[in-house]
Amino acid sequence: MTSVSHPAASTWSQDRPVKVRVPWHQRLQPANLLWLFLAGILVVLIVAPMWTLVVSSFTDAKTGGWTLHNYVEAYGKERHITALTNTLKMGAVVVVLKLAFGVPLAWACTRTDMPGRNFVRYSVFGAFIMPPYLAGVGWILLAGPNTGWINRVWHSLSGSTEPLVNIFSFGGLVLVTAIGGFFLVFVLVSSAFEMINSEMEDAANILGAGPFKTAMKVTFPLVMPAIIGAALLSFLGAIALYGVPALISIPARYPVVVIQLTEFFSFPLRIQVAAAYSIPLLLITAAMLGLQKLILRRKGYVSVSGKGGERRIVKLGRWRWVLFAYCFCVVALSVLMPMFVLLLAAFSDSWTTGFSFSNLTLSNFHYVLFEHSSSQKALVGSIGLGIVAATVAITLALFIAYIVQRRLIPFSGLLAFLAVSPYVVPGIVLAIGFYAAYALPPIALYGTYTIMALAFITRFLPIAFTTSSAGVRSIHPEMEEAVRILGGGRVTALRHVVGPLLKRTLAGGWLLIFVPAAQELSTAIFLVGPTTRVVSVVLLDLSEEGELEKLAALGSLLLIIIVAVVALGMKYLGRDFMLRRS
Amino acid sequence: MDGLVLRKLGRRFGAVDAVLDFDLHIKPGEFVSLLGPSGCGKTTTLRMIAGFIDPTSGSIELDGKILSAPSGSVPPEKRGMSMIFQSYAIWPNMTVSQNVAFGLNLRKLPSDEVRKRVGAVLETVRMNHLADRYPAELSGGQQQRVALARAVVIRPAVLLLDEPLSNLDANLREEMRFEIKRMHDEFKITSVYVTHDQGEAMVTSDRIAVMNNGRLEQIDTPYALYSRPKTRFVASFIGRTNFLSGNCGNQMIDFAGFSVPLALIGEEVKGSGPITVSIRPQAMKLSATEAPKDKAINLEGLVRQSAFLGETWDYVFQPKDSGLQFRVAAPPADVFQVGAPAWLQIDPAQIVPIVD
Repeated sequence: MTSVSHPAASTWSQDRPVKVRVPWHQRLQPANLLWLFLAGILVVLIVAPMWTLVVSSFTDAKTGGWTLHNYVEAYGKERHITALTNTLKMGAVVVVLKLAFGVPLAWACTRTDMPGRNFVRYSVFGAFIMPPYLAGVGWILLAGPNTGWINRVWHSLSGSTEPLVNIFSFGGLVLVTAIGGFFLVFVLVSSAFEMINSEMEDAANILGAGPFKTAMKVTFPLVMPAIIGAALLSFLGAIALYGVPALISIPARYPVVVIQLTEFFSFPLRIQVAAAYSIPLLLITAAMLGLQKLILRRKGYVSVSGKGGERRIVKLGRWRWVLFAYCFCVVALSVLMPMFVLLLAAFSDSWTTGFSFSNLTLSNFHYVLFEHSSSQKALVGSIGLGIVAATVAITLALFIAYIVQRRLIPFSGLLAFLAVSPYVVPGIVLAIGFYAAYALPPIALYGTYTIMALAFITRFLPIAFTTSSAGVRSIHPEMEEAVRILGGGRVTALRHVVGPLLKRTLAGGWLLIFVPAAQELSTAIFLVGPTTRVVSVVLLDLSEEGELEKLAALGSLLLIIIVAVVALGMKYLGRDFMLRRS
Repeated sequence: MDGLVLRKLGRRFGAVDAVLDFDLHIKPGEFVSLLGPSGCGKTTTLRMIAGFIDPTSGSIELDGKILSAPSGSVPPEKRGMSMIFQSYAIWPNMTVSQNVAFGLNLRKLPSDEVRKRVGAVLETVRMNHLADRYPAELSGGQQQRVALARAVVIRPAVLLLDEPLSNLDANLREEMRFEIKRMHDEFKITSVYVTHDQGEAMVTSDRIAVMNNGRLEQIDTPYALYSRPKTRFVASFIGRTNFLSGNCGNQMIDFAGFSVPLALIGEEVKGSGPITVSIRPQAMKLSATEAPKDKAINLEGLVRQSAFLGETWDYVFQPKDSGLQFRVAAPPADVFQVGAPAWLQIDPAQIVPIVD
């Protein structure tokens, strides 16, 4: 700062009230530049890739001129249209399954005296930690048409040579997709159940409604918005998922959109067509989230917003064992069985020969850790990307949330909108946007970890923003005003007060990002280069090579690392840090 | 001009003027309260003084230096003021002594000096034994003391207090009023105190500025404000009162049923025509018999209602053949039954003409 004295200020007197001014150097708050800088980052992360995506879908690859040809090519073939309708059909069935899994479990764990509630909770949590493609591999091991364990047991029992179950089918596709994502339904619906005050149910009881009638007329209608929200998110998750279709839908001869997109990305590379073909995914997602907002805004659903009072547990009597049996089935299908076979295969010489001591080996781990050309590096890459993405996203989101909550710049609402907007962009579409914007010259980030880190940060920015924003909102503005009036700037307030107060919230958010980021596949698939592979991509390669034991070993290693990080987090944050969040 | 000067200060939110044409001069070391109902603009004014809100018109200056003007303001952190917040805003991640030391550390004082001053100020607010506690382990009153210590330890140019007692229970509030007064007497910091509680304002303040609808109604010492309110709003907001409409003319004010010579009234009345006066319940006396005929106004009538408030009786008196009703305060020993005949004496010197 300079010591220039401002003439207007020094000569001001009562006789010349027109010149009432505060000297500019006293007004200066250098932190204001930081806010503008952050807004710039958001443009790089979100606006540019999305804008490039839309523009390139209308761009002629050769001439660079304006064209509709990409759309003609994308939607001109019957096969491509079939993939689109297939995707919607699959999404719809998956939603039904996810609700059938998630809602009863959520109710059982929050509102009943069912035995083993904690066991079920932890298992569902396991479903969150296990990436969908690993569950998929587990199910291929279990229910592959010829060598799957279930089928071999069936063959030896019945003497039949026909498979009992075949995972490479529409049914297999929706089952594996559903078990990989019902965690979200469980979390959202659980927290809604926990919000309901028992007095609302008491009111129905006192007027003469029995437990069943109360549940149907009061309890479930109250959690309906949560269920609808979870259903919409489930649908979006299902249609954008890449890993499971990559494993199953090709052998099942059931083409879906994400697989079609990879076809546009293989030789000959047709980014513009891929961009055009990804627009429906984007529009469907935006429309669904709009719909959800509309539904939640309706007046009748406001009652769930209250802080839950005392909750009473429903006594189920003998039915509690029936409920437990159902929950156990869901948990077994989704977590226990696939995880068990995966671990077994990881330690087996050949998974097809089944369990025996002669079959036990550690060679798969040795192979993926020390022999395979890229898996060791991929492990480091995945964990590193997870750490970087989680750290940067949370830090960035904290600043943005702060600006938005405190309205530090005009149009700060726009910043909030930008920060949550990647939510409507499926990972695979985001990858296409990043590829189109940054992969090619002049920026030429293709094949670097940087482009993947940027894409991951963008992908998980909405989670980071919602977490940080809720955190900042919970801090009374006077906490910072006290810093400022005592002589500290806004950055001092962030460092000494807001940051420390939000430590736990931010750490919880960090874990919520680290876990999926370390496993992320759909955003990575188009952005990995020959030397920058991540575990998820290497796993898919191994599955194409048929090396399922080695795949299982590498997958187990990734899981172990993630579980270790999460366990560490739970130790410091309490075990509820993820389950209690909506 | 020394001290804190608000000059034609105004703040507009959308189409609403939260504060308008507010003029105030607070002398160095003076304790001034901004008193008014919620929404009167007192907190907005305080936050403008602190620098959290920029004015849309007028200016704020401190010891001759402009702090706020519509074209831009010195940010709060460069004003050398301190503030006590309604929520206390004690940082829960720091101990009591860390909270108090924060402002001193920002000023880069040597750590010896910081320790000495923190110890001294905690002594003053009687919190020395709790210096290493975290705020969550303190009661509301103790947190309030920490806030007080944190604010005064930096020896601010101006101390701002934003309804600091509104979250305390009644007994504690009473105690803290005197605590704040004591701190002010000890440190003589120029202070601006925002409150909607007239009791708090009267205990703590040298002068009280009564605000209504974003404007200054009246600024005066607590005694003058009570005994000589200038407007209907001030008269009714501070304590209880009786409003009487009359007609002024011929060196007399004529009320329904009686009249008073202008010469007897406490202040000069100019002009003639309709006039409104305020008469405090304490400016009148009820008696069972007619008082000796002197200058006081003497009215015969009935006691219509009575309520015992502990320190006083609250009677409603109605003069004979009149629609008027007076609320009269009487000492506990003066017992009248409802319906009993009585005489009312009014001290004319305490009849205050007000602006409607």
